[in-house]
Amino acid sequence: MMIDQETKKHIKESLAKGVRYDGRKKDEFRDIEIRTGMISTAEGSAHVKCGETEVIAGVKMSVEKPFGDTPNEGILMVGAELLPLSNPKYEGGPPDAVSIEVARVIDRGIRESKSLDNQRLCIKSGEKVWTINVDICPLNDDGNLIDVGSMAAVAAIFDARFPSFDGEKVDYKKKTDEKVPITKVPVAITVLKIGNAFVVDPSEPEEQALDARLTVTTIDDGKLCSLQKGGLGTLSVEDIEKMIDLALVKGAEIRKLIKQE
Amino acid sequence: MDYNKRIDGRDFDELRPMEAKAGVIKKADGSAYFRMGNTVAYAAVYGPREMFPKFMQDPKKGVLRCNYNMMPFSGAGERVRPGPSRRSKEISAVTDKALAAVVDLSDSPNAVVDVYIELPQTDAGSRCCGINAAAIALADAGIPMKDIVAAVAIGNAGNRLVVDLNYEEEHLPDYVEGLSNKDVADIPVAIVPSTGEISLLQMDGIVDKGTLIKALHKAKDAVVKVNEAQRAALREKFAAHVIDNGDNGEDSEGENGEAYGEN
Repeated sequence: MMIDQETKKHIKESLAKGVRYDGRKKDEFRDIEIRTGMISTAEGSAHVKCGETEVIAGVKMSVEKPFGDTPNEGILMVGAELLPLSNPKYEGGPPDAVSIEVARVIDRGIRESKSLDNQRLCIKSGEKVWTINVDICPLNDDGNLIDVGSMAAVAAIFDARFPSFDGEKVDYKKKTDEKVPITKVPVAITVLKIGNAFVVDPSEPEEQALDARLTVTTIDDGKLCSLQKGGLGTLSVEDIEKMIDLALVKGAEIRKLIKQE
Repeated sequence: MDYNKRIDGRDFDELRPMEAKAGVIKKADGSAYFRMGNTVAYAAVYGPREMFPKFMQDPKKGVLRCNYNMMPFSGAGERVRPGPSRRSKEISAVTDKALAAVVDLSDSPNAVVDVYIELPQTDAGSRCCGINAAAIALADAGIPMKDIVAAVAIGNAGNRLVVDLNYEEEHLPDYVEGLSNKDVADIPVAIVPSTGEISLLQMDGIVDKGTLIKALHKAKDAVVKVNEAQRAALREKFAAHVIDNGDNGEDSEGENGEAYGEN
């Protein structure tokens, strides 16, 4: 739903008084439900609902030739397609900049956490390595796709089991017990700056009223592994400090949820 | 060689277990979920809304535009590359015709009604499952229609007609010894249930004329059950809304809806 200037002003003015558009606290997420393993054709899958935002992520694995500069390393790729099914604002056709940003921010958050042991994905140096493709498909986009998509992607990777491989062919019908060698749980938290207020888990109207946003991906030990600033407004160093603090607290909460699954 | 017992133990006329829900995607004007065994489809309807690109507008009536897409992890084997393929474009086109047969958009000139069908998991019969979901979604969106189209695939396997093929039955020569590719055919059919008219018909494989006609009659019988599931899903959603009376109906949808739907 596109909102008009008056609504944007209303969102801003209310926030200045401490009241959020949908009544939540500024640091409050909507209710989160995570389910895993419901898609039998995928090697791993997760369905995440955060308020009305609903996303499916699925993992497919295949054996490919490694990149020339990393002959001993398997490959992880995370993609997201903003399906026109999920919101009237998306149109069919090749992915646009918004779609690509969502996919890349999630991809970097997971990749740069260095939580995947790429070398263990190597079958034969220079010839055969496992490629892990994670695809994120929103069913209903009601805001905060980066965070929700990232949760789904990470949960799907943890759910994944390798299919059997006889040295020649992958047998997708036979799953092994072997899990993806991933050790940490990267969590992306997007903090919005609207006026002088900071909010997490933005709904769709809030996303349109933002001045600036910062997506902070954190890992288990409290370190940061990827950042992405968006929006036309600027951020001071003090702003960034506050936003990171929020992301660390919220990241830890969500990490617990993902680990429970 | 005959196919005497179905791989999954069903009767030859038996559909896979179905599950249907209406109104599952909140952002859409109408939406549905339809499951036939392990094949799952979501459908969302947006519109009538202004048609872009403009040169595709029809000043006399609105245009129905269907888009069929498999999610990358929904196939039995390797990952399906995202984005349109020749296969998905063709299925979109035949889905369009299957549904346009009952849709009346004469009150919406220059407009488009977009139908997006997404499959998170497939086990054969995905175009039929997609059509079944899309028909519920169109009704849920309040698009004027003569009927709710229902679809099913009929297979011919070693001179035996089977209803609602799954993946293994679509590839029967790989699973049943003595059957060759010449012995099997896959016939997806979409039907307007109230009149028995056929709005989608495709076939891959070899059959004689008599068998085909029998297959079409089987399809007509089978879609009665599909149509019941579609109608039940709509009744469940709208019954809940009536009972809640002004409430948005989300909290008590399950309980009240079911009780009312069975009356």
